Amino acid sequence: MPEAASPVIQVRDVTYLYEGTQAAALDHVSLTLQRGEFIAFVGQNGAGKTTLAKTFNGILLPTRGEVIVEGHETRAAGLDMLARIVGYVYQNPDHQIFSNTVREEVAFGPRNLGLTPEEVNKTVLHALELVDMQKDADTYPFLLGRGQRQKLAVASVIAMGSPVLVVDEPTTGLDLQGSLSIMELLRQWNADGRTIIIITHDMQVVAEYARRTVVMAQGRVLADGPTRAVLTDQAVLAQAFLKAPQITRLAQSLNGRFGLPRDVLTVKEFYAAMKERLNQRSGG
Amino acid sequence: MSDASPSNILVVEDLHFNYPTGQTEALKGVSFSVRPGEFIGLMGPTGAGKTTLALCLRGLIPHVVSGQMQGQVMVCGMNTREVTPAQIGEKVGLAFQDPEAQVIGLTVVEDLAYGPENYEWPPARIRAEIPRLLKLVRLGGMEERETFSLSGGQKQRVALASALMMSPELLILDEPTSELDPIGKAEVFDAVRRLRDEHNTTILMIEHAVEQLAEFADRILMMDQGQIVAQGTPRELFHNVDLFHRTGGERLPQVAELLFALEQDGLITPDQFSPYEGDALHLISRLMEAAHA
Repeated sequence: MPEAASPVIQVRDVTYLYEGTQAAALDHVSLTLQRGEFIAFVGQNGAGKTTLAKTFNGILLPTRGEVIVEGHETRAAGLDMLARIVGYVYQNPDHQIFSNTVREEVAFGPRNLGLTPEEVNKTVLHALELVDMQKDADTYPFLLGRGQRQKLAVASVIAMGSPVLVVDEPTTGLDLQGSLSIMELLRQWNADGRTIIIITHDMQVVAEYARRTVVMAQGRVLADGPTRAVLTDQAVLAQAFLKAPQITRLAQSLNGRFGLPRDVLTVKEFYAAMKERLNQRSGG
Repeated sequence: MSDASPSNILVVEDLHFNYPTGQTEALKGVSFSVRPGEFIGLMGPTGAGKTTLALCLRGLIPHVVSGQMQGQVMVCGMNTREVTPAQIGEKVGLAFQDPEAQVIGLTVVEDLAYGPENYEWPPARIRAEIPRLLKLVRLGGMEERETFSLSGGQKQRVALASALMMSPELLILDEPTSELDPIGKAEVFDAVRRLRDEHNTTILMIEHAVEQLAEFADRILMMDQGQIVAQGTPRELFHNVDLFHRTGGERLPQVAELLFALEQDGLITPDQFSPYEGDALHLISRLMEAAHA
């Protein structure tokens, strides 16, 4: 980011226990998210990724420690204020859809922001356009396919215009085209200066979109750094029961004998590195 | 009709289906057959008709889901039109994509017992079966857990175990790993392969995890807009790169993408193309060694 780092979310020594449980879902987590970052949270099911993200919009309040969002401590801030800062697309879109039409669903948030009916209308159409769902405006949401419902959930949240967006499993249930359209939308949203946090199991999505990756395991942060460094660190991934993208694994198996770089993240990078080595050798 | 030979566990002939609200047919003339013990992958973009096809194979179409069906499905020797879904359910298991819609028991054990109880299995037999299947899906000891407290991935595995209670001859899985982490995905694929290897269960798996499908499936069908637009072994199907670029609904395994680029450059021959990691490692090593020599 060109501007000096400016923290948008600060997680300070947060421990969280779900009611009636003894094992901490979050265990002394500390983390600072800067404005304009594109961050992926990865880890096994149950590692604490979603629990951590839910402390950002105040849905969960830390059992110990504190979360500061744009300078506001979440315990004191109230859900309304936090919802304006942190938009949250939950993993199961059906848990947040409740209106009779797609249009009404998207209008709910902006209406609560106190916009005029014209402004609400404009915002809704713009959000639907961004996810390419204008033609579905009058459809009953539960007649939509899973992928479309996911896009609707994203549209409803972006209509709020919040500067921070958390998307839990943005590509689950979507085909390639659906995944690409959501991810490109998030990339655009991020280029406009918003902070994007995705929670995902799809390492290819992480490799292609996130600049920073946080690996979680058993309620703790196991690794946190630039995506390229984290996703190519076999020891960390193994400890978190994750796997690098197929192409990264292939490059690493060829690293010892042929010097292919260990930190390849995409097919393009692999191809370029391989061609370079082939040309060097046949030329020299 | 050679396809209808008794050696096939499933024969689908010119199957059409139209939902009451549908402007276009969800299935537009689907025909294919499956041999016992095959592991079939079914891919395709959203709206291709994959789930509708699964509902037809399980007999929920035409008996439960309304709409108009033409053509015929013969599964485990039964014509789905002529028997009840309950009869089909004794031979054909189906685990849906969305575990929330599927897991109905309050506890894990209740969910697994639900199907067999409807078929009036003796309780002792049900109790004996449950621990074995929970172990298979790595949920051993979780019998009494309340299903609402399970994660999405755990629910998916409960749904899989429930579908296995009846020891189906044909197991249909609709995106069984979509909410699972990489290890969970690998566990489901392994469990499904063990079923096939140890019980000769026939598998039809709708899945987007292309790299695992390449590794596990004997044959892959690609659907688009209500039709099967391509089918073949993983090697054949993933070699049809145009198909993937044209439908845009699925990605290629990264290894297939890479080897196809090398083939375009003339560095490998078309018959060396492969979607398998092991083959790629071998081919690239040879290329690098040759350049070095």
